[in-house]
Amino acid sequence: MKTNDVIIQFTAKIVFFIIFFFSIHIFLAGHYTPGGGFVGGLLTSSAIVLLVLAFDLNTVRNVLPINYTYLTATGLLLALATAAFPMFLGKPFFTHFFDYFDLPLLGKQSLHTAMLFDSGVYLVVVGVTMTIIQTIGEDE
Amino acid sequence: MVEKVLLIALALFSISIALSLYRVIKGPSMPDRAIALDTIGINLLSAIAIVSIVLKTKAYLEAILILGILAFIGTIAFTKYIERGVIVERKSND
Repeated sequence: MKTNDVIIQFTAKIVFFIIFFFSIHIFLAGHYTPGGGFVGGLLTSSAIVLLVLAFDLNTVRNVLPINYTYLTATGLLLALATAAFPMFLGKPFFTHFFDYFDLPLLGKQSLHTAMLFDSGVYLVVVGVTMTIIQTIGEDE
Repeated sequence: MVEKVLLIALALFSISIALSLYRVIKGPSMPDRAIALDTIGINLLSAIAIVSIVLKTKAYLEAILILGILAFIGTIAFTKYIERGVIVERKSND
């Protein structure tokens, strides 16, 4: 049976970017408003799941050639490195630092090392969710 | 006055959710249930918007958008399962 789902594929191509940018917004705004690494990661993986639903696993794997197991490992490494870095400076485990910087275009912003830990959480959540969905999706 | 209007709207949304729930339980075919679940999701989203007005907070606006996204993706997964029998295809057959 030949199928033709042009409407869902066209919708998915546009809605993917809306969900992805919203997830980035939720991830970056997690320090001051509801959100953070976990919800951002889940939303990113739901955007990829939308692509998987509209197309198929092989197409999405060609478009986003990411090994999600390595992504999980990278996230864990980033979180652990952020937590362990202050120990080399004689501070306790998980000490965080922040300071104010004058960034071009953005003006005065405060940068916090909790952001690095949160991006580790983000990568782990995306990696684990996509590994589960890919593994369940491609078994016969 | 505004409070009363908001509470009446909330009650109407819950009645609408209850009617959709009746369709989910009773619905003779699977597409009826899928559409009723989608309607429940959208009504829940509107109810959250009204609750956030009642509580005078902006903290629920992200939840509204996330609920819309999840209702959309869930409905697509349901419809694909009803139509094809699989949710995640390994390879498209065209």
